[in-house]
Formats: sequence, C-alpha cells, structure tokens
Amino acid sequence: MRVKAQTIVSAPPRAVWEVISDPTRQLGYMSGITRWEVAGERPAGIGARYRVLLRVGSAEVGGLIEVVEFAEPRELAWTSVTGVDQRGRWRLREVSAGRTRVELRLAYGVAGSGLGGWVAEHVAAPIVTGHLRRTVQQLGRLVEAEQVRARALARRTTQSA
Amino acid sequence: MLSRALRGVADAAQRRIPRADLDERDPDFIRERLPWMWLVASIWFRGEVRGLGNIPDSGPVLLVGNHSGGNVTPDTIVFTLAFNAYFGVERAFYQLAHNLVLAMPALGSLRKFGTVAASPQNARKALESDAALLVYPGGDYEVHRPTWARNRVDFDNRKGFIRLALEQDVPLVPVVSIGGQETALFLNRGDRLARLLALDRMFRLKVLPISIAAPWGLNIGDMLGHVPLPAKITIETLPAIDVRAEFGPDPDLDEVYDYIVGLMQDTLDALAAERRLPILG
Repeated sequence: MRVKAQTIVSAPPRAVWEVISDPTRQLGYMSGITRWEVAGERPAGIGARYRVLLRVGSAEVGGLIEVVEFAEPRELAWTSVTGVDQRGRWRLREVSAGRTRVELRLAYGVAGSGLGGWVAEHVAAPIVTGHLRRTVQQLGRLVEAEQVRARALARRTTQSA
Repeated sequence: MLSRALRGVADAAQRRIPRADLDERDPDFIRERLPWMWLVASIWFRGEVRGLGNIPDSGPVLLVGNHSGGNVTPDTIVFTLAFNAYFGVERAFYQLAHNLVLAMPALGSLRKFGTVAASPQNARKALESDAALLVYPGGDYEVHRPTWARNRVDFDNRKGFIRLALEQDVPLVPVVSIGGQETALFLNRGDRLARLLALDRMFRLKVLPISIAAPWGLNIGDMLGHVPLPAKITIETLPAIDVRAEFGPDPDLDEVYDYIVGLMQDTLDALAAERRLPILG
C-alpha cells in the first residue's frame, strides 16, 4: 500500500531539511510516532538506523529502519530492516523563493501475509494517511514558527547593534 | 461406565499434548499472521495496549497477566499482537497455556506462536533461553469467573509465578487487562461439577464453566469456544518488579503475592473506572 501527504511550507528547503534530518526532533512533529531512537553509532546520513514505532489501530507497528538516500536538502529515503516492510521518502522542492513543497511518501505491507495482509493494509490506509497529513502540517507549522523566531531575533540584534 | 469413558478421553487428550519444544515458535509464521491479528484486535476488540515501554528491551522477563474471556481469550490475542509488533517477531516470546488448549487439533498452530503447555519445566526452559514469557496464574479458574466478578484479579492463591521469578532471577512485569469477561455472559465456573466428575484429576480442569455465549446460547464447558462479543479490550503494562530488590534476598511469598495482586487490582479498578459502558468501553 502506498500513501502520501504534501504541503507547501513558507521556508527554504534547507530550513525544512534541518528538521527532518535531525533524529532528535522526530517525536516533536511526527503524528502517531511513539518511538524514534537512533540504533547504532551513526546518528544521521546514509546507513543511519532508527528504531521507529507508529501507533496504528491497536498496535504500535514499525521496527528497525535504515536511511538509504540522503541528498541534502532534497531527498531523504529509508527502508525497513526488521518489522513491517516499509519504504519511506521525504521529498523537498523549492517552488518559489522561500517556499518549499514538502512531500512525505510511505509504502508498507507484510510480505507473504496474503489476503489478511491486503485487507489490513487497506483498513490501515486512512489511519496512516491521517498520520502523514498531520505530520506534514505540523512540520510546516514548526518550520514556519522557527523562521518567524529567527527573523525576530535577527531584527532585535540589528536594532540593538 | 461413565468414569471409564471419561478416563479414556483423558488418556487420549494427554497423549495429544505436545512435548514443549521452544523451537516450534516460528517468527515468519507469526509475522505473516500479524495482519489478521491486527484486524481482529483493532476492529473487533478495539484493543488498546499501554505501557509496553515498561517491559525491558532485552533479556528474559516474566509477564504476569490476569486472564479473561473463557476459552476464547481476547486479552491474549491483543497482547500477543502488541508485543510482537512492538518488539518485533525476532524477540522470542512464549505463552503458557492449559494442556487441553494445545491438545485441540484446530489450535495446533498456537505452538508456532510460541504457546507451550503450562508447566514449571516449560516456564524454566523459556526463561533460560532469554525469552519473554507470559503466564496467567489464575488460568482456567480465573478465565471462567462470573461476569459480575469481571473486574477482579483472582489468581486462586497460586504463587508459582513468584517462585519462578525468584528461581530464574528475572524481572516480573504485571499485565492488567479489562474487557475480556464482557465477551460472553459467564454465569458460573462449575468448579463443584468439575470436582464431582473428577475432571481435575483427569484433565487438570478445575472448572466446568457455564455461560451464555454466541452461537450456542447456553454453553457448558466452552470446549468448542464461542464467538466473543466485540468488547473493548484495554491492557495496561506496569513497571517491572525486581522481587529481590524490593522484598529482600529471601522474600516472603505471601507478602509478594499480596503486593502484586493488590497492585494489579488497583490498576484494574482504575481501568474499570475509565469504562463508561460494558462492551462499548
């Protein structure tokens, strides 16, 4: 099953990238995520591994994921190592000066689970899509608020100088 | 005549009880069935499992649960799904079940889920292999308690789980569930009837439960199970208890038992207070 969500954020891609690539900030804006821990020595970049859990229905599902693409500040993709099969991708594109289209994609399933897996994937899809939609919205609000604070700080610094 | 026939059935059932083989647990089998379990747990029982983070991330651990729902035990379905989804099927997880459950031909696949016959030897083997082990001390006695005693933890004074935790020196994690006893109308354990028919001696059955359950109506024995009502199942996992650290190197079993059952009862009372309506939760 493939689901996605997107939004336009009033901030440059670099500002969005700094949030999505920082493992310590994922719990702050990702909807439904109950665990996001660095697993291994590498905290970010290709090969970084995280233990991630997402509440879907009556279970927290997920497992160990590994970053397989890390192209600053445009693409960040991961794939599952254990747990539910999944491929995910952040895709950032500048649509105009200081504005970024943010897309979050997720493909998931349980290989070999047959009809049960197919039904469960479809039943879970609205829940997962809802999490994705809230995630990009919360990410947008977070990044835009940081931009406002950064501009205000810059103004105060200029005035006091 | 009846006694001889019952003994014959008992012998046949005993012969069907598989020897405990922890290797029968099959992670791929579990993984492929998690979607079905997720559908049942999420849609039918609207399961909610809290506090899984209280279970140590690795190493042997004894999970001690209160048990509900007759021979169809929704709390086990919901918790097994939650545990396997949370920790991954790679982490060995075993459950102890009554001998007769494993002897039923249709339930042979339970062994692939890591279900082994309830015995001190099997429990020791599981914990010695560094696995997580789920036990229900109340067993058949608790699982068939009347519906009006649904919000009561009733281990029938069985303390073997504490001896096991001490002997294996493993943390003990209480797992409290609510809702299972609303999946049918459980009327009576039928413990006197079970004694009268010598079921205890022949099948290790302390009860011959009487309930009103779908699709049978009056359901005596619950041997074929039943279709559970879609009661909301809520499960709360409590912080791990290191029995020796909390009660000293040579703890008094009665004191530990009272403490753990009291803690679980307090949690069950709190979960009951959250519920507005039976079944709906």
